[in-house]
Amino acid sequence: MIADFLHYDFLRHTLYTGLLIGIIAPLLGSFIVVRRLSLLADALSHVTLAGIAFALYIDKRWGIVAISPLYGGMIFSVIGSVLIEKLRSVYRAFQELAIPIILSGGVGLSVIFISLANGFNTDLFNYLFGSVSAVSQTDFLSILGISIFIIIVILLFYKELITLSFDEEHATVSGIHAKWIHLLFIVLTALVIAASIRIVGVLLVSALMTLPVAAAIRVSKGFKQMVIMSIIFGEFAVIIGLVTGYYLGIPPGGTIVLTAIFILIATLIYKRIRTAYKGGSSDESTRSRQYA
Amino acid sequence: MKQPAVTMHNVEYTYDRSSVLRQIDFELPRGSFMGLTGPNGGGKTTLIKLILGLLKPDKGQIHLFGQPIQTFKDWTKIGFVSQKSNAFNKGFPATVYEVVSMGLTGKLGYFKFFNKTHKEKIHTAIKSVGMEAYTNQNIGDLSGGQQQRVFIARALVSDPELLILDEPTVGVDAENVDRFYDLLKKLNQEQGITMLLVTHDTGTMTKHATDIVCLNKTLHFHGEPDDYTSLTATDLSKFYGYPVNLVEHDPDEKEELS
Repeated sequence: MIADFLHYDFLRHTLYTGLLIGIIAPLLGSFIVVRRLSLLADALSHVTLAGIAFALYIDKRWGIVAISPLYGGMIFSVIGSVLIEKLRSVYRAFQELAIPIILSGGVGLSVIFISLANGFNTDLFNYLFGSVSAVSQTDFLSILGISIFIIIVILLFYKELITLSFDEEHATVSGIHAKWIHLLFIVLTALVIAASIRIVGVLLVSALMTLPVAAAIRVSKGFKQMVIMSIIFGEFAVIIGLVTGYYLGIPPGGTIVLTAIFILIATLIYKRIRTAYKGGSSDESTRSRQYA
Repeated sequence: MKQPAVTMHNVEYTYDRSSVLRQIDFELPRGSFMGLTGPNGGGKTTLIKLILGLLKPDKGQIHLFGQPIQTFKDWTKIGFVSQKSNAFNKGFPATVYEVVSMGLTGKLGYFKFFNKTHKEKIHTAIKSVGMEAYTNQNIGDLSGGQQQRVFIARALVSDPELLILDEPTVGVDAENVDRFYDLLKKLNQEQGITMLLVTHDTGTMTKHATDIVCLNKTLHFHGEPDDYTSLTATDLSKFYGYPVNLVEHDPDEKEELS
């Protein structure tokens, strides 16, 4: 089934890109989920759409490709991420306000650019729901570069990121520059989103960041194990989603996300059965209380 | 002689134009076990935050290990177990090992990875609080008392000389509170770690602390536990700013309600 993907160039680029975002999306998603920022990815993906629409608009209006949609999206997304951090510090007591502000701002801008260009028809559809045939070799190489960059940065700052995510006060007391690490993290998130949009689309990119993590968190012990499992689940969803999407002629965003949901349901059932066989988790907690 | 762990000289802190702390003069000698008590809103947590550099005083001088706080860099000498430690997200998927390893993050600094020595240190810290059987358990699956021990281990792993604990026994059931204090006492006596403990539980504190400080905007009492327990209701009412009734405790008699 996967033979076509290895045979045709355009499919091969899609597959490789898919495999890359199958790593980086759940990797960043793990930190997003534990920091309860799941909606952040949604806000940023809509800002990314504005950037893509801007790039396409310039192309259509003046017939020149000033910036490729990938980079247009990335620039907007990074700017959006910095604005979110800024807004979060302005509205200290209502930090979640930053998300709807940026999300609606992104949609608003997208609508303006799209109508100025009198619509983009199929192109836009691909950006919204992903596509199996939209990844060019240049896109693939850019995304490869971004992925390597993201993985290296995460490895370098892993201990700071997890310390900060777990307990911000403790992290600050122990001398971690919380503000800069936050900023770094949110910019990385913006890059992941921009890189993933070609495959899963604006509307579903946040799902690829959170669903594999939601499944992994139920069946793993500890953070590192959760990250590894969520990447495995992410890869599984991407491969199955791309192949079925291609053969059924459906945008891969839909099939990838549904596969991720099936994985999530499977882990929930697995956890249920395991708990039932072990005689219930309540036993475990009474035991730990006894030895407290 | 060694410099005291903390000295505060004429420290004042105001928030929203009303003073939270004023004229704070005190010294925390090394090796001591100081209990800090006082009414809610008396500024206990503020005092801790000033020592930790999370807040800046409006007036006065703070020295840590003989150095002015403005130039103090050796933050890993100070371990902190917060009141909020057990208010963390219980679903956070981190094992005991991972949580304790976070105590080394600041000490190691950026761009450094854990090596074998660090990993051994983490295991030693877990052992010193008696949690080695739970090393690979998720922190959220443990009881309140166990979690608090893990947070002590996280503070201990960077070899602090001063351990500051803000209401560490909130959410820990009564029978484990004593074990918890025994652990602190052992760390204080065997490893010579200076302890600064904020608590409402004056009964337990007077049993273990070597120094007691009572804070209500200013310092009202600084002395030994025996002097504190001999205070009368009138003295205490003065500290607290409202009438206090003392209830006689017979330590041998078991409390019915706990």
